[in-house]
Amino acid sequence: MKAKIDNSKIYKSRKEGSFQRLEASEIIFKVISYTFVGIFALMCLYPLVYSLSSAISAYDPVASGKIVLFPMGFQLEAFASVFEDKYFWASFCNTFFITFFGTVYCMIISIAGGYALAKTELFGHKFFNFILIFTMWFAAGTIPMYLNYKATGSILQNNLGIADQKWLVVIAMGMNAFNIILLRNAFQSVPKEIEEAAIIDGATDFQIMSKISVPMSKATIATVGLFYGISRWNGYFWASKVVDSSLDFPLQVYIQRTIKGIEEDLALGGSVSVGTFAPQSTVYAMIVCAIIPILIIYPFIQKYFTAGVNLGGVKE
Amino acid sequence: MAKEKTRIIPAAMQAADSEVEAIERSYWKRTLKGIIRDWRLYVLLLPLLFFLVCWKYLPISSMVLAFKYYTSGSDSIYKAEFIGFAAFKILFKDPEFWSAFRNTFMLSFYGMIFGFPFPIILALFFSEIKNRVFLSVSQVLTYLPKFISVVVVSNLVGLLLAKHTDFSAGGPLEQILYAISGGKIINAMDDFKAFRSIYTISGIWETAGYSSIVYFAAVLGISPTNYEAAKIDGANKWQQIRYVTFPGMAPTLIIMLILKIGQLLSIGYEKVYLLQKQVSITSITSVYETSQTIATYVINKYLETAGSANQGIGAAADLFNSLLSMVLVLGSNSISRKVSKTSLF
Repeated sequence: MKAKIDNSKIYKSRKEGSFQRLEASEIIFKVISYTFVGIFALMCLYPLVYSLSSAISAYDPVASGKIVLFPMGFQLEAFASVFEDKYFWASFCNTFFITFFGTVYCMIISIAGGYALAKTELFGHKFFNFILIFTMWFAAGTIPMYLNYKATGSILQNNLGIADQKWLVVIAMGMNAFNIILLRNAFQSVPKEIEEAAIIDGATDFQIMSKISVPMSKATIATVGLFYGISRWNGYFWASKVVDSSLDFPLQVYIQRTIKGIEEDLALGGSVSVGTFAPQSTVYAMIVCAIIPILIIYPFIQKYFTAGVNLGGVKE
Repeated sequence: MAKEKTRIIPAAMQAADSEVEAIERSYWKRTLKGIIRDWRLYVLLLPLLFFLVCWKYLPISSMVLAFKYYTSGSDSIYKAEFIGFAAFKILFKDPEFWSAFRNTFMLSFYGMIFGFPFPIILALFFSEIKNRVFLSVSQVLTYLPKFISVVVVSNLVGLLLAKHTDFSAGGPLEQILYAISGGKIINAMDDFKAFRSIYTISGIWETAGYSSIVYFAAVLGISPTNYEAAKIDGANKWQQIRYVTFPGMAPTLIIMLILKIGQLLSIGYEKVYLLQKQVSITSITSVYETSQTIATYVINKYLETAGSANQGIGAAADLFNSLLSMVLVLGSNSISRKVSKTSLF
């Protein structure tokens, strides 16, 4: 009896004592966590706010680098000058075009291919999986790719009569083996019994795919679609190398070229041009315009983030 | 007796042979039947195969360009004259190539040393935040940079680090550097010593939030009873992290680390290329010394400026880069398979 009481007393006192000690280290860690996360989150937001402020500030504060966070003075002419440029709208439409058709194109190929690759009983299944995965190990360098895209472009133009280089960007680019593997794994995790029941009911593979596998893998499909869409919207390098006509430029190519042009002007002439807004404001306005569409769809795509980074789904 | 035996054995063997044949025949029959039965699956696979052949394997096959003398006048890479390793000889004598090779490693290495722990720490901090509004707002904000295009990010970097001139105090970050250094003009964008830091820090800014998702999930997956047990044993917060959180996250950490090692050479060229565009023309040559990676070396030297006669050398550099990164990917992947029974492929 006595020993028991003693034990519990010791235990209790140790617990209390240690909890008092623990409290301090835990509180410190908590405070550090909140501050650190808060600061980092603000750092992620800062460039966007800064760009917006600079885009709507008056000439002098922008040109002399006085803007820190809030706008100084007010004008909307910088935005107006962006919106007046017909090349801006052309590039905006081109990017919508490329994003829409490119995503649809990639999704159709990836879903169909991923569905077929998910079937282990398919003859040649291992070989087909290998030739997909090999593209993740070994990529042709930039020069072979460039020559290939140029050749594709000339075939499209000369043999098929498609002069619009947007189609080249849509058709030849953007496919990602990793996304197809994500889809394949999602299709594999659809219960076999459901498919077997459908087969007994006389369903073909096309029907099983469209009526069972695709509806049951909605989350993964949405994630992959999101990945394709974002990479299409943000795609720059190959589009800048392959598209010649300035009316066919995607938004990112247009922005890069225009900003470079403005900066070169500034470097040559200093800040000689006098207007109601600084030339830099145009640059900031363009940056804001490029980010806004992403911000608009951002709330809708958020819930699919985690599915894409789920490592458990990435093994064979 | 002996005669009988000799007679029996061949007969048995014959039977076995014909049985095997029959099995083989039925195997091929079954396979053929399977192919015919699954024709719809092959139809579904066809577009993907077409894409892979046209835009993945054709460029890979045209990497033979590295061994050929090809000018844009000649009609096909494959028909061009074979010159062996001549392009590689020229390439390996080029000090710029070796500097690009070193930079490729250095930039990835920096990215790994500084970029790898950051999302983990961030995830630890995220897991400590119990206020749900604060948590979701800060998560949303930190994931955001991942979805902004490289063009915008690199231009933002250029603008935040805008030069200090006679008319302008420069970008906000430049002003901070100016204040810290005690009134010295830094012009970080044009400083070859700063490029790696700029690349690494902006990389962390871009990806840390998004990469923390996977670690955050790992932290949340640890059972709270482990923490309670540690607390009863008198562990303080640091000890809890050291002895409960890290062992719990270990599988994820190991996989991510190994995957990172595999990607050492395949860092995205787009961002380096675009950040180089932010450097002013007068100092670009010096900045190339620390910024040029193999991919941008090929782009800047052989894709954009030189004539097509030299593209073979660029293709040689590409081939070198691709082979080396394949070795790294496969090596790290097989290690990952052994260590954690999980792998990307």
